[in-house]
This record gives sequence, structure tokens and C-alpha cells, in this order.
Amino acid sequence: MNQTSNSPRRAVRSGGFRRQQIGSGATAFLLGSVAAACAGLLLAPAASEAQEAGAYAVVGATIHTVAEGVIENGTIVMRDGRIIAVGQDVEVPPGAEVVNGEGKHVYPGMIDAFSSLGLTEIGAVPATNDQSELGNWNPHLNAHTAIHPASEHIPVARANGITHTLSAPGGGGTGIAGQATLIHLDGWSVEEMEITESAAMVVSWPSLGGRGRGRFGGGGGGGNFREAQRRFDEQVGEMEDWFEAALHYRDALASGSTRVTRDLQLESLARVLDGGMKLIVRANGHREITSAVEFAEKWGLDIAIAGATGAREIADMLAEKNIPVILGPVQRTPSGRDAAYDDPNTLPGVLRGAGVDIAFATFNSSDSRTLPYEAANSVSWGLPRDAAMEAVTLGAARILGVQDRLGSLEVGKVGNVIVTDGDPLEITTRIEHVFIRGMPSDMDNKHDRLWEKYRNRPDSRPVVTTTT
Amino acid sequence: MKRLVLGAIGAVLVGGAAGAAAPAQAQETPVLITGATILTAAEPFKIENGAVLFEDGRIRAAGPADEVDAPANATVIDGQGMFVTPGIVDAHSHIASDATNEGSVSVSSMVSIKDVIDPTDISIYREAAGGTTTSHVMHGSANPIGGQNAVIKHRWGSDAAGMLMDAPPTIKFALGENPKRSNSNTIPGVPQRYPATRMGVMDVIRQAFTDAAEYRARWEAYEELVARGDRSAIPPRRDLRLDPLVGVLNGEILVHAHSYRADEILQLMRVAEEFGFRIHVFQHVLEGYRVADEMREHGASASTFSDWWAYKVEAYEAIPHNAAIMTRRGILVSINSDSSEEGRHLNQEAAKTMKWGGLTEEEALATVTINPAVQLGIDDRVGSLEAGKDADVVLWENYPLSSFAKVRTTWVDGEVVFDVDADMAMRAERETEKQRLREMLGEAESDETGAARLRGGRGPGNRSEERAGI
Repeated sequence: MNQTSNSPRRAVRSGGFRRQQIGSGATAFLLGSVAAACAGLLLAPAASEAQEAGAYAVVGATIHTVAEGVIENGTIVMRDGRIIAVGQDVEVPPGAEVVNGEGKHVYPGMIDAFSSLGLTEIGAVPATNDQSELGNWNPHLNAHTAIHPASEHIPVARANGITHTLSAPGGGGTGIAGQATLIHLDGWSVEEMEITESAAMVVSWPSLGGRGRGRFGGGGGGGNFREAQRRFDEQVGEMEDWFEAALHYRDALASGSTRVTRDLQLESLARVLDGGMKLIVRANGHREITSAVEFAEKWGLDIAIAGATGAREIADMLAEKNIPVILGPVQRTPSGRDAAYDDPNTLPGVLRGAGVDIAFATFNSSDSRTLPYEAANSVSWGLPRDAAMEAVTLGAARILGVQDRLGSLEVGKVGNVIVTDGDPLEITTRIEHVFIRGMPSDMDNKHDRLWEKYRNRPDSRPVVTTTT
Repeated sequence: MKRLVLGAIGAVLVGGAAGAAAPAQAQETPVLITGATILTAAEPFKIENGAVLFEDGRIRAAGPADEVDAPANATVIDGQGMFVTPGIVDAHSHIASDATNEGSVSVSSMVSIKDVIDPTDISIYREAAGGTTTSHVMHGSANPIGGQNAVIKHRWGSDAAGMLMDAPPTIKFALGENPKRSNSNTIPGVPQRYPATRMGVMDVIRQAFTDAAEYRARWEAYEELVARGDRSAIPPRRDLRLDPLVGVLNGEILVHAHSYRADEILQLMRVAEEFGFRIHVFQHVLEGYRVADEMREHGASASTFSDWWAYKVEAYEAIPHNAAIMTRRGILVSINSDSSEEGRHLNQEAAKTMKWGGLTEEEALATVTINPAVQLGIDDRVGSLEAGKDADVVLWENYPLSSFAKVRTTWVDGEVVFDVDADMAMRAERETEKQRLREMLGEAESDETGAARLRGGRGPGNRSEERAGI
């Protein structure tokens, strides 16, 4: 909204580093000084120059690599955006900014595997919503064309350790919602934030009813099952038609024909057919998921299921076929009056136990910061704590196809690091530093600014009498 | 007809889930939980290696394990490594009710949630499984002056009358976008009912209390005549809409006002002061942090969300530090659910006040126990573990103010309403019964459709009524 390069924070940190993003400047100008002073003190430069090299280190911390265990009293070094060293006997390069990690914990930043961050600002105000386009068949649309880098939601999520997300279109009815973009939650423009412009094609699978999506079902009065099945088959058939058309389009182009008119929708779907883009299918019931898996097998597509509230019954099938699942919020009511009270809590452990790759997602924007609690809420119900942590870091990276770059603290990976005073899955844990692309991110956000302002409201105001 | 039959089966199934919690007389065998860490929500707050003894639906003692003597016939529960808290009190809920909004009129003070309690709502059980034992079931926010609310105990298995708690009467008011119907017009931008602005909302309230004050005066004049022995005095016509408002004017009915913006919070307090009554609790009150001093001076308390924001314009300046700022400014604060989902883990929502704004463990637990009990005027019975209070007790497998927290057993009035082992044991039984019922239905309907119908159409959700704009 009102980003500025003239933030007082930068001044306070003048011994500091090059910054890629400073939050919302104007308010920060008024309010940020206290917080900025604190933040500035925590990051003491090892030398006054050489900041252009962009070297940062967290020294003497407990480092949770996720990929290769835990390193006590360890040091992690980032330079030029990447992790260049992790371990106990690591030298901090001269000129690096150093965070004293004593008593602190270092984790990879967390990944919200499916959100609307950047695509929506205020739920009830259509003017601020760019997530859901008209029409049911929009494979050519791409989230990155609408992501608002100055959304207030992004710094709020980031300050709780969410560093990356798949920002995804959707929310409408059955059909193809469009392409989702994988982003860093830091950057002056979407181009700086972007990791994969077309990370996945998002599809809302037809529903057999009872769950309120699509044109039928919901309300318990959605006709008989045969009718529901007929409509379901019809809609899956429509999906088939689209992929078939894309196949012919691609083949026609490959044949060298000059009489093919460019078709942006089919061109996008052809990329999915060619394996150039993952298909993320939103589906909940086990029949719907099974139908989607069969569809993907038929067309040779690389798919993941998102939502999957009813996946329990087909956990083994998903594991066997290597279909990963992006789980919706664990903090949801069980689907169905007769479902077990802890159905949402036990599902992640059941899937993981069967061997299914899982990630967690908020499917939301303002709630994105609660991602770690979704994972934590399965831990007392059978999901091992480390598996929960992996699911919000490396597991999500794997499903989104960026495990070579993100998700763990390993040499060569992108400097995606959070420094905490405890377990990030625990509510009361504080996230003290966030590094994205090897650079410290601004921890300032709308909520902290308002907190600072109003907690300091004077007890009484001078009374000025005016007469007219 | 078939739907009716199915509905009945649904009720049976749900009843099955509650097998262990059928209504019963107050438990005669005393229960002693010993060796646990007791978080009393009273003084002293934390008792390591403590014990809680309850009998006949009442707490007999809560203290260090070696100071609580149990009768020989007591059922002893080894609580080592576990935690005990009072049952959670939810100051804002919409569960267990067949209707939420009488939104066709601007003032619906004549209706009451007490008339539409649905004791078969599975949320009663599921929330008990998250430690909630008392809920303030509220009218919705469709109109400036809404209906009267009900306070229920989560006595799963009981009938509607058995759910109701004898609590001071409360009434719902609502300000801002919801009573303006900003987000719920069927024709966008076209208001369907007065009021359509915050001015109109205040006018509706002021007019209603103008009427109520006159109505009260007519009754007082009449009663004076009667007192003087005037046998020809004619009583004023009874007005069921104004009766509850006279109750508000007389301080007998407590006002719980749905609110968001600081300006509307301030204006409602001024209107109330004009008529000589007090806003007892501001509900939601997401911008309470901006006018906390004014609220304290008025004598209002606050019941808010932990961290929801941005679902509508008036929630765009909401901050998770709201509870902490108001607490530090001397306001009694509770954290509520307003949602059958959130009502299952209010302990975790309370923990967020420690993270955002730095409330202490003691203050955080109070936001979902003793503070809402005070706000509902039932703190003499619930909200803390103290001798003499109702035996609404939660045994946690681990630390409750945590995202890893899990309930082991919940008691209401000394009766088990949820127990994790009993729940697990019932599942196989329930599955068998379900299968038998399906067979009774015959092959005509597939299991999926039958199941969808049994679900009653309530799909998975994690949004509150509030966030849905109800």
C-alpha cells in the first residue's frame, strides 16, 4: 500500500544490511521506532562494511534441520541468498551479520501449502477479492497476475514464521480454477516474491453431494444418489472433454499445422498433460478422490489432493499410488454428525502412518499464521511431532516440487530460516527472526503497529474547551 | 416420511455417541483425581501434585494431594502427569439451538433462544470433548436489539429443559455491519430493512428505550393507583417486546452487545447512559483496544476472539493483542468461540493471549473460565475449582494452554459427559448399529446418500456464524 524505502527501521539498522522489503512504511514511520530499536540491537553487525555480500549467521543455537536431525550449539550461515554452512564447527565469514542464537531454536520457515495470500484482503468485500473468477473452466488464469504484494496479510503471516505459500485461485464451483503461484512471503513486487509462476493447476473436483460444493448436494435434500451420480459423471465427463481437447490441440500443434488458432485455455492444459505442471485436485470424499486419482492415471498426470477430509478410507491406495495430500485445517468440525469427535485430528496421523506424503494448508489468507497449530493439533492424536514439523516444511516443499530449494536447513538450499524461542508448533512460542532468501525479513506488521500505538494510548487527554 | 424416519435414526446414532453420558442422578460415588497439576482459576492458581474431590455434583475440595482426604468409597483417578482445570465457559455460542436470528424486525426482544434449545446438537458433545461445559447460547446479530439468550450446561443426553442453567437473563444487542445488513442483502447494495446505517442502529435502540421508559412509567402509575386502593385502575396492555427492555432499564436483564468499531462501542455506551443502564458485556468488541478506558469507566466488560480478523471491513483493524490491551486497562476479558468449531479448543484460543500481548498463564486461563462466568453472572457456581462449586471438571492429558493439549475426561455436575476411552469403546458398537440401520433402510438407497442425509446437511466448517455474516 504505502511502501517506502525511507523506513526509520532502516536508519536504525544503518550498520545493517541491504533490505528487500520493509513493511508498510507510513505507519511504521510513526510507530516502528521502539520495535525497530529492539530489532536493531539483536542483529549486531560483525563489521560495518561488506554488507553487500549479504552474509548472515545464527550462532550457538539448536538447529532443527528437518532433513538431517538436530544440531545442538550449532551455527548456520547464509550468503547470497543461500545456506552455505550448517553445523557445530562452522566459521562465520568476516563481515557477516550475526544473531546470537544462545537458547534459541532455528527451523526452516514454514510453508502454507494452499492459501489465498495476496489474492484477498477483506472477505466480505468483493472489491478486495481476486481469488475466484467467473466461469468454471479457467486453466489459463494465473494467481501471479493478481497477487497484491502489499497485502497486510503477508507481513502478519510472515511474523509467525510462515515464509512461503502456494497462492491459489479457486473458491468457486466445480471446474478448473486456474494456476497457483508459489511465492516467498517477502518482496517488493510479485516478481521478487515468485518462485514458481505456474506451480500447479488447481481443479475443484465434482462432488457427489452432501458437502455443499458444486451445483448439487448440500442441505441433505440434493436428490437421490442415482441423480447425484449421473451429474457427477456428467461433470467428470466435462473435465475429460477439456483434457481431450487439450490433447488434440497439442498434437495438432506438434504436427506443424499452421491452421491452429492459439487457444490460451488449451495451451495451459497442455502443459499439465506434458507434465510441466502439477494438478492439485480439491476433493474431500473418498469416492471423489478415487475418481480424481483414476482420472489422473488415465491421463498420466502428476497430482496431489487438497482437502481430503474423507481420505481415511483410502489411505493405503493413496500411499500405494504415491498420491500426496495437502490437508485442510485440522481445526474444523468433523464432517457428519456421526463422525468421531476427533476425526480431523486423527486423519493426518492415519495418512502419514499409511505412508502418504502430507502437507498442511489453511486455504485462507488471514488465518495463514495459524498453520503451525493445524499441524500441532494432530500430534496428540497420532502424528509424530517431527512428522508434523516436516509436513509444514520439507513435506510441503516436496509436494510442491521445490524440495531441492526449500523446506530444510541444508547447504545449498535457499536461506529460508526462522529463529524462535521454542517449538514453532506451540502457540506460545515467539518467532524472533525470519530470513527469506537469505535476507532478514521485516517483522513489523499491521497488528504489531496497532498494538504499539494503542497500548501506549495516554490515560487522559488534555481537555480543550472550544466555543462557537 | 422417509426423511422423518431418517431423522429419528440420526438422533439414535447421535444418542449412541453419548451412551456413557445418559442423564442420571447426581453421581453418588465421590470422585478423587489425585497427583495431577491443578489449575484452579482461583487462589492459589496452580497446585502441583494436587487433588480435586467431587461428590453429588459439587466440588468438595481442591488442594495439595496430601491435604485432600477422600472417602473410602471414592473412585480414585491417578492424575500423575496430567492437568485439571475448571470446565470451560463459552460466553458466546450458537450451538444447541434450532434458530439463531429473528431478523425480520429491527427489535426482536420478545423472542428467546430458550424456546428453541436443541439438545441433540452433536456440538454439545464435541465441545465437551474439548473441555467446554457451559455455553452462552445467543441470539444472532441481525438486528440492533435481538432476542434473549440462554445459558446451557453441556449435559449431553439430557432434554432441552435439562440443558438450561438457572442464570441471570441476558439479551443480545448488535451494532455495525450485521444489523445494517451490509453483507447479507439479496440485492447487493439495497438495504431490505431499517436500519441501514450506524445512525439508524443507534436510533432503533434509542427509540426502543424511549418506548420502554414510557411503558414502564405507565405501569408504575398503574401500580401506584393499585397501591392506593384504586379498584377502577386499568392495567396497561402487556407488551412482550417492551417487557424485556424494562428488564434492561431495571438492571435485571444483562445486555451483551455485538460490536466491532470503537466509535459504535462508545456511542452505545452513551445511549445506555442516557437511559440509565449499563452495557454489561461487549461481544466481539474487536476494536475494544481503542476505547478500553471509556469501557472501563462505563463498567463494561469484553468478550472477544483470539485472532480472527479481516473477514469484513469492521474486522480489518482487529488485532490479536486486543484481549491483552483491554486486560491491562482494567477490563474483565473473556475469549469466546462464536463457533461450534472454536468451541472445541477454547483452551488454545486462551493460550494465544499469552503469545499476543503477554498475558500470564493465570490471566489466560481466566479468559475462558472464571471471567466468562462473571460476565454471565454464574461465577458462584462455575468457572473455578473451589469447594462448593458445581463439579464441572476437565482432566487433560497434557498442559491445556497449548496447541498439543488433549482432553481425557470432562465432567458436568459430577457426571462424565466425555471420556476418551469410553468414546473409543463406543465406536465399534456405533459402527455396528449404523450398519444395522442401513440394512433396515434397504438397498434402495446407497450408503453415501443415506450418510449424507444422516449428516443433516451440515458439512465441514471452520467458520463462525459471525464470519459467515449471520
